[in-house]
Amino acid sequence: MKFLLNDKLIDDNTLPSDFTALRYLREERGLTGTKEGCASGDCGACTLLVGVIKEGELHYSTFNSCITPVQSLYGKHVVSVEYLSEFGGKASGGLHPAQQAMVEHHGSQCGFCTPGFVLSLAGLFENSQSSDKAIDRESVCDAISGNLCRCTGYRPIIDAGLDMVRTAKDAQFIELMSKNDNIKSQLLAFKEVEKPASLSNQSYLQPTTLAELLQVKTAHADAIMIAGGTDLMLENTQRFHDFGTLIDVSHVAELKQIQCNGTTLTLGASVTYSELEYFSKTRYPHIYNLLSRIASRQIRNRGTIGGNVANASPIADLPPLLLAFDADIQLLKIDGSTRTVNIADFYQGYKQTQLAKDEMIASFDVSLNKLAQFHRFYKVSKRMEDDISSVMLAVRFEVDNGHLTDVRLAFGGMAATPIRALKTEAALMGKVINDEQALLQTIDTLRSELMPLSDMRASSRYRLDMACNLIRKAWLELNGTDVVTFSGHALSESVLSLGNEITSQEGMTHA
Amino acid sequence: MRKLPSDLVTGFKSDKLPMHESAVKHVTGQAVYIDDMPEWPNELHVATGKSTEAHADIVSINLDKVRAYPGVVDVIVQSDIPGEVDVSPVLSGDLLLAGDFVHFIGQSIFAVAATSLRIAKQAVELAEVVYKPRISTLHPKESLERQEFVLPTHTIQCGDAKAAMETAPHKIKSDIYIKGQEHFYLEGQISVAVPNEDGGVLVYASSQHPAEVQKLVAKVLGVSVAQVLVEVRRMGGGFGGKESQAAVLGCMAAVLAIRNRCPVKYRMPRQDDMVQTGKRHDFWNSYEVGFSAEGEIISAEYDMVGKCGCTADLSDGVVDRAMFHADNAYFLPNARISGYRGKTHTVSNTAFRGFGGPKGVLLAEAVIEEIACTVGKDALDVRKLNCYQEGKTKTPYGQDVEENVLLTLIEELEESSDYRARREAIREFNKQSPFLKKGLALTPVKFGISFTSKHLNQGGALVHVYTDGSVHISHGGTEMGQGLYTKVAQIVAKTFGIDYQRVNVSSTRTDKVPNASPTAASAGTDLNGMAALDAVVTIKGRLQEFAMEHFSIAADAFAITDDQVILGGETMSFPEFIKLAYMNRVSLSSTGFYKTPKIGYDRKAAKGRPFLYFSNGAAVSEVIVDTFTGEYKVTQVDILHDVGDSINSDIDIGQIEGAFVQGMGWLTTEELSWDEKGRITTNSPANYKIPTSADVPEKFNVKLFDRANSEESVYRSKAVGEPPLMLGISVWCALKDACASVCDYQFSPPLAVPATPEAVFYGMQAAQAFQSESQSKQKTEKDQAANL
Repeated sequence: MKFLLNDKLIDDNTLPSDFTALRYLREERGLTGTKEGCASGDCGACTLLVGVIKEGELHYSTFNSCITPVQSLYGKHVVSVEYLSEFGGKASGGLHPAQQAMVEHHGSQCGFCTPGFVLSLAGLFENSQSSDKAIDRESVCDAISGNLCRCTGYRPIIDAGLDMVRTAKDAQFIELMSKNDNIKSQLLAFKEVEKPASLSNQSYLQPTTLAELLQVKTAHADAIMIAGGTDLMLENTQRFHDFGTLIDVSHVAELKQIQCNGTTLTLGASVTYSELEYFSKTRYPHIYNLLSRIASRQIRNRGTIGGNVANASPIADLPPLLLAFDADIQLLKIDGSTRTVNIADFYQGYKQTQLAKDEMIASFDVSLNKLAQFHRFYKVSKRMEDDISSVMLAVRFEVDNGHLTDVRLAFGGMAATPIRALKTEAALMGKVINDEQALLQTIDTLRSELMPLSDMRASSRYRLDMACNLIRKAWLELNGTDVVTFSGHALSESVLSLGNEITSQEGMTHA
Repeated sequence: MRKLPSDLVTGFKSDKLPMHESAVKHVTGQAVYIDDMPEWPNELHVATGKSTEAHADIVSINLDKVRAYPGVVDVIVQSDIPGEVDVSPVLSGDLLLAGDFVHFIGQSIFAVAATSLRIAKQAVELAEVVYKPRISTLHPKESLERQEFVLPTHTIQCGDAKAAMETAPHKIKSDIYIKGQEHFYLEGQISVAVPNEDGGVLVYASSQHPAEVQKLVAKVLGVSVAQVLVEVRRMGGGFGGKESQAAVLGCMAAVLAIRNRCPVKYRMPRQDDMVQTGKRHDFWNSYEVGFSAEGEIISAEYDMVGKCGCTADLSDGVVDRAMFHADNAYFLPNARISGYRGKTHTVSNTAFRGFGGPKGVLLAEAVIEEIACTVGKDALDVRKLNCYQEGKTKTPYGQDVEENVLLTLIEELEESSDYRARREAIREFNKQSPFLKKGLALTPVKFGISFTSKHLNQGGALVHVYTDGSVHISHGGTEMGQGLYTKVAQIVAKTFGIDYQRVNVSSTRTDKVPNASPTAASAGTDLNGMAALDAVVTIKGRLQEFAMEHFSIAADAFAITDDQVILGGETMSFPEFIKLAYMNRVSLSSTGFYKTPKIGYDRKAAKGRPFLYFSNGAAVSEVIVDTFTGEYKVTQVDILHDVGDSINSDIDIGQIEGAFVQGMGWLTTEELSWDEKGRITTNSPANYKIPTSADVPEKFNVKLFDRANSEESVYRSKAVGEPPLMLGISVWCALKDACASVCDYQFSPPLAVPATPEAVFYGMQAAQAFQSESQSKQKTEKDQAANL
């Protein structure tokens, strides 16, 4: 394990594979500014910044240190709250602009969540300043979407975020971490001297190529595979299970790619939610909108597509999306052979998949044709930000000559696995797209097809009612009616004022 | 206890306000919470083995594997506790470790001390406990049916509710189930106990009530109270959750520390905290209200059943306060309000910001919304009609609402928030918008200030002046983020007449101020600020006496203003003068004390004056709802709140905004859920959702109502901690209003609490069902008329 912690080089090979970055800072380094609020990646009190060099530039992003193995930080610059004031102190008389703004706006009360907020805001400051992007309310709320505060009601924290540029100016704060050549050269030296594979380390293995991955997986058949670890690590931090050897797939170059060959979009298994989010922002706005509702910024920076699918949770949000597009999953065996399984065949029961013990997910193939067809994703949860779906619907309609020629209705939260409503899909096939009668019959079909559970997130009745209503919503959208779906983003003024909706669909006949 | 010196009544308005005393330490990570303190090399860590049954006899416990687990140093059961096993705050029943039976899932049966928390947590899983289950009561409705109560029922009455109900032209009879709330302070429960050389302990606690931790630690150890010292520097949030519940951690750590002669830390991981510690009470309220055609309330009969859990804890006060606030801001000429303390086999519920009050206020506001729809008026007009005002001042418990400010405050907010025009615009929007509906509501709050247990209304302080002119203040109050230390330091500086920078606040310790009340009931500044002021006045009196003698000046020739000591025509710097006083052997240290005047509630008669005064406020919330899913957003909030003459308006506004959002969370996304066995299923932030920044409206206008407290509170300020939480009820009422729009406001549909998207969806469904029914009824009537 080797990384740059604030201004110190850390080189330590004595820790267990699953030892978290949070524990390392607090227990081994006495850096107690970073707090444990939940140890499950839900509150953000443990937020740290991590700097990585990409295409020659140093980029910082936030992550939850409570569920991140410290050894996964190889070769990175890890920044805790203690560093900010020292670093900012060079120019500003002691405080980083994020800290200064938090003080001036009374952004702290009990103060326990505060270091996490400060780092999320400092990350936003770095990114906006290095890319010359203005900081608006939406970007502040995005940056702190994974930070919970129980005292302030957030208003002063949001105001602090919006005011950082001003406090930086007042304090004549000039130097950004991402422009710091000293940090950069130290990180570059890492890469040149030593590969992060460190295959000699018996507990935490970090292959960087597919070949290395196959090699270590062969050598450690029982080792657990970890990517972002945002779900896996809960076993360690909530149930106190010890893991033994971990194979970290997040550095494998081949698994990190998003490629397009003219007919197919291929998403590597280790692509993070954030990477897919940025990729889809201008290309696939509906995918982008869904991603902004998945987890928090900190989790999206670590969690991967492959992890979300392999984890086989019935309430994961990406499997329905991939089901809607008939995605093919490329599975890789340790002997180097591959096979293709359609996502529709992948899930076999609660938390059960086709994945064999000696296999791993390499990538997902999605047809560009299908991506070009009408598609929508609707997520319903109690809270807009960082919440698990009660129901999620992914829908795709292929329309030819005013008729539905292909229909996909894929759900999360409705069964023991992510599931397609096959009978309902069939019932809609061939129908004229604006045939409301056909739609109502379809909804009847759905009610007999799915039998969701009741739990703390929603009742069975509500889940079924939502499934029906969301199909209706999609159908209205297909027919050109403008309906609003709340996202994690701010509501626009046009939504709040009249004139945005087509009022041809009278009455409320939902559910 | 003294009155305010007459030259000190100007308040803090013109002062440059200090920020929170720890603000810089917070943002730099230098503020030390208990888990941040350096650990001793031999420090042990605690985890407890928890009951998996809601109500059962314990047949056997086998802890052999637990003891054998590497790293485990000590394992204790109830019989290993040297002193008393009962750690109840007021009454009895809360056991540090269970004995022959358990009465909630999560109850601690045994405790392990190990070399690390991880080892302790792994070890407790190896226990073998055999239970013989008994029938359990899990719902307050069941406890009412079975007459299972933790304490006797109390009833408040005025007029003749039954007779008046008969005369009322309109009546509504219904019930509402109000779910509780998890505190979710960001810093979980924690204590560290360090044994001393005399058989006692020093306990670092994250507690709102250090004196109680001290008392209970002494009890479980079987030592005198004086042998235990408890220190609290700060909490990472409390909200009532660390009033009584924190003591268990101190007691457990102390028992293990004494047994093993080493420091012991007991920190609950979040999931244990959410399972093992009490929450806001659920309430099942049934009500009957009679009112005039105008919507004026004639009579109210309320039966309020609190889900207290397995023991009394603080439930007597919580249910009383729910009853005291069932009127909220409205005059009830005839009323019967009964409060039941329902016993259930669930974790014992406890204090939570508002202390029962919110469950009364929500009932009052739900009733108003329903009356408004029945009489076809805007709910605001019904509120104003019923509001306490000239001629309508008597509360059901007999205290007069002496300050006539509510109506003025409501009308000021109605004006500044543009309520009427927005109401019109929303009605228009809802008529034309098939898929999105908007809702609007203005709700007030009137909240009684004082502990309803009279003896707790006392405060103590200790002030030292050192020879360099620096001042040290200790008081009985604890800092949990609310800015109490800052406010008390301001009061000390102002009363002295010196610069705020001279005043140093220190941690709260039981050896500085004894027998202190909990920092609760919003009364922290009222009690401790007054006590600090009293101590300063004492020292200042001595300084004045000394100056008169030493400089041969008249009493009124002495003053300290703007950090300067005025001695007749001369001035002297404060440090210089203090040095001189010291050389002349003037005592520069004093305690201070305060007890709240005028209060007293006769429980037998159910009449009296439980409160010194009322804090008031009102909020207007606007929401927009997606009729497909019931999902919604709060789009605008306007608040006008009464804090009297504010001591620190920045801190007060922070309290108001934070409380509002916490109250909004309680009524929207925060839903506690229990399974049929009595197990809490919302046991982590992954499934219990407090608001995030995206839930806070962009238009969020908070203003202070500019009027001094008519009672002689500290600098004529008013308490602020709890009252604004109930302003969040405006969001719930606005959602109810949006639901009612579906049936053109003919009917206010039931809306579950919390109003999750699911609840709002079914609120709208109920409104639509009402609409369809009344349309088909009208059609039938029309057809019948045509047929005649």
